[in-house]
Amino acid sequence: MTSPYPIVTMIVILAAALTLAAGLIWVERRLLALWQDRYGPNRVGPFGLLQVLADMIKIFFKEDWIPPFADKAVFIVAPAVILVTVLMSFAVVPFAPGIIISDLNVGLLFVLGMSSLGVYSVVLAGWASENKYALLGGVRAAAQMMSYEVFMGLALMGVVLLAGSFNLTSIVTAQRHVWFVVPQFIGFVLFLIAGVAETRRLPFDLPEAESELIAGFHSEYSGMKFGMFFVGEYLGVILISCLITILFFGGWLGPVLPPIVWFLIKMMFFICFFILLRAALPRPRFDQLMSWGWKVMLPLALANLLVTGAVALVWSS
Amino acid sequence: MLSMIRTIWYVFLHMFHRRVTVQYPDEQPYLAPRYRGRIILSRDPDGGERCVACYLCAAACPVDCIALQATEDSTGRRYPEFFRINFSRCIFCGFCEEACPTYAIQLTPDFEMSEYQRPNLVYEKEDLLISGPGKYPGYNFWRVSGVQIGGKDKGEAENEGRPVDLHSLLP
Ligand code: SF4
Ligand code: SF4
Repeated sequence: MTSPYPIVTMIVILAAALTLAAGLIWVERRLLALWQDRYGPNRVGPFGLLQVLADMIKIFFKEDWIPPFADKAVFIVAPAVILVTVLMSFAVVPFAPGIIISDLNVGLLFVLGMSSLGVYSVVLAGWASENKYALLGGVRAAAQMMSYEVFMGLALMGVVLLAGSFNLTSIVTAQRHVWFVVPQFIGFVLFLIAGVAETRRLPFDLPEAESELIAGFHSEYSGMKFGMFFVGEYLGVILISCLITILFFGGWLGPVLPPIVWFLIKMMFFICFFILLRAALPRPRFDQLMSWGWKVMLPLALANLLVTGAVALVWSS
Repeated sequence: MLSMIRTIWYVFLHMFHRRVTVQYPDEQPYLAPRYRGRIILSRDPDGGERCVACYLCAAACPVDCIALQATEDSTGRRYPEFFRINFSRCIFCGFCEEACPTYAIQLTPDFEMSEYQRPNLVYEKEDLLISGPGKYPGYNFWRVSGVQIGGKDKGEAENEGRPVDLHSLLP
């Protein structure tokens, strides 16, 4: 069920995703301020909306500096990788019936694969910077992604079992009667946590932990290259919110309002939740993060998968 | 785990709290009368300069940002020839005000003194001197001190007796 004008859909989704990612900077600052009893940026334009524009202009005019000791080619490619991989994932996200670029039948696997590739960006950035803090950040990112990717995938297998498909559109349509968050609540919680870790958002922003590593993997970056990491991060937040909506909260399904509106409402809800997490939680220690991942999340994900599989088997026979 | 969820909930509730930000240029903050802001030099109730150029403020200043030069007028009254405060160094500690024996130097509740150029932060005596007595309206150093200056002979200050005639102290 792809749209009749793929090019138009593509351009619209691309533009919408990038605009939303830029807008999120403002949303995040305002929301954080709200939860910390402040105002946030409210001077430039109505409600401070033009602050994003001002920041963009500023970042474009910043000196784009490449440290002389850096590995030049990799240093330049790294920020592009994160943006490309995240944008590629948007290709298989069904926003509403007909609003999808490519209705892959292994859509979910494609998204997981792309998000794994995105790690390269961070690791390479840390590696190419030839800076010990950047390298530490890159190594942390590699370890964190590796361990959280594992149960991120496993947590989703319950959904795949119930829907009987990797295709994101069929997963949504399989939730006609009941959203998967009900039978797969553990899977949802696991995926939420893994999603936060995957996008390197606070409280799991150990790769860039400002208080320990200056700015982690992007310590040496400036100008628009630095901006790319940021846009990539916000796109990641949007993507994970989209995925949660699709996989656990029935995607565009909902009464009265048009499907796309339902989708956007649910997506915005999770984006706000991500920001709330940032406002509320402190950053764990790295060993806590790892042991939490391997000792708690992974067994839970496996148990969840086992039980779901057993129930599905009994049900079908 | 539970404590984390509780934290998230409490932070969420802050949505309904009052915001503490004072929207400064639109909304002026309350400054206490003894707020330590821009420094001024005050005058006696009768309009003369209070500063007697004793250098105590310059000595007390921890960042050495006060410079002055003492001089005397024809009647023996001391005053600063120039008096300069470098506000790009001043830390507004108020030590100068505490050290001053004549209440001449005072800090005021005003902090809006930003400049685009650093040299403009150096204030000269003309910039510092105000026309009134500042925080201590009735006080006049020369009226209470025993020093002799033009228009006030020895023994003419407030609460001061006539000087003793040494020749009357013969045994
Ligand atoms: S306030 Fe403190 S730093 Fe400023 S001039 Fe007075 S003594 Fe010096
Ligand atoms: S301002 Fe006060 S302390 Fe400073 S020189 Fe004048 S009289 Fe002395």
